[in-house]
Amino acid sequence: MAVAIQRNLEEDWTEISMTLQYTAQIYVTLRPSVLDPAGVAVQSGIKQLGYENINQVRIGKYIQLNLQAASEVEASDRLHQVCDRLLTNPVIENYRFDLTLQSPVPTTPQEAGV
Amino acid sequence: MKFGVVVFPGSNCDRDIAYVTQELLQQPTRMVWHEETELADLDVVIIPGGFSYGDYLRCGALARFSPVMQAVVDHAAAGKKVFGVCNGFQVLTESGLLPGALVRNRDLHFICDRPALKVERTNLAWTQEYQTGEVITLPIAHGEGCYYADSQTLADLEANHQVLFRYHGDNPNGSLNNIAGICNSRGNVLGMMPHPERAADPVLGLTDGMRLFKGLL
Repeated sequence: MAVAIQRNLEEDWTEISMTLQYTAQIYVTLRPSVLDPAGVAVQSGIKQLGYENINQVRIGKYIQLNLQAASEVEASDRLHQVCDRLLTNPVIENYRFDLTLQSPVPTTPQEAGV
Repeated sequence: MKFGVVVFPGSNCDRDIAYVTQELLQQPTRMVWHEETELADLDVVIIPGGFSYGDYLRCGALARFSPVMQAVVDHAAAGKKVFGVCNGFQVLTESGLLPGALVRNRDLHFICDRPALKVERTNLAWTQEYQTGEVITLPIAHGEGCYYADSQTLADLEANHQVLFRYHGDNPNGSLNNIAGICNSRGNVLGMMPHPERAADPVLGLTDGMRLFKGLL
């Protein structure tokens, strides 16, 4: 309950005065059932370098982007949509992401320190 | 039959398709730039091979958001014909008009070859000029032509006879169930990795692809 009140206060406050700036780090990985020949090739390369006991190599993608939103919930929702619609192909890929809050973007002269 | 050939930035097999439909078959054919949205005058919309948007992110992933694709989706929903060849097949799976996905070839090489294909089903316009079970030869040229779908989707495809072409003998790219070309459940959308347009003019030595186009007339 306390958390919900806290979040409402935070959202009211941000709505009134600020947009939040986030950096997102998105990790796109192949679904386990999809064959990854590139991963197999890399695994064999690692072995040829002389490293034993390294296996199950799977190769994915890392995507980074900035987004502005009124709250972390809004940022997260929007990012899920972008991931589902474009950044990943749900037939063959999974994803997860981390959202890091940067400093809020000032929207009034006072906040900008002018 | 009026043919439209969609051209994305990076498409490069568009003129080969138009050569078959316009020059060899004398059918009205127009090129459709990816920003156009009017397809109502067309019977068959063809999405050609190539490297649309440089294959950035994933093959066909960006092309599916071009303005023309909503019209292509509507065209298919109305029961009219849509045909995707190679990169076109990738665009169709990315846009959900066909199930599954095309991923990197099993052996990681870009393969140019002339594999044997078996025609599995011939009661659709696409394949009515072939015999059921006929083995034909069509050229392939792709790096990401390995067909993947989860086991349920594969089971549905087989049960509904949606696999129209299968690699026969050798599987060049690792496609599950040796799938080379499939249609949607309604049968009006076809996607295949081999290039029938490159096997239409006798001058090129292969002609098994011509009958696919003739079946549409």
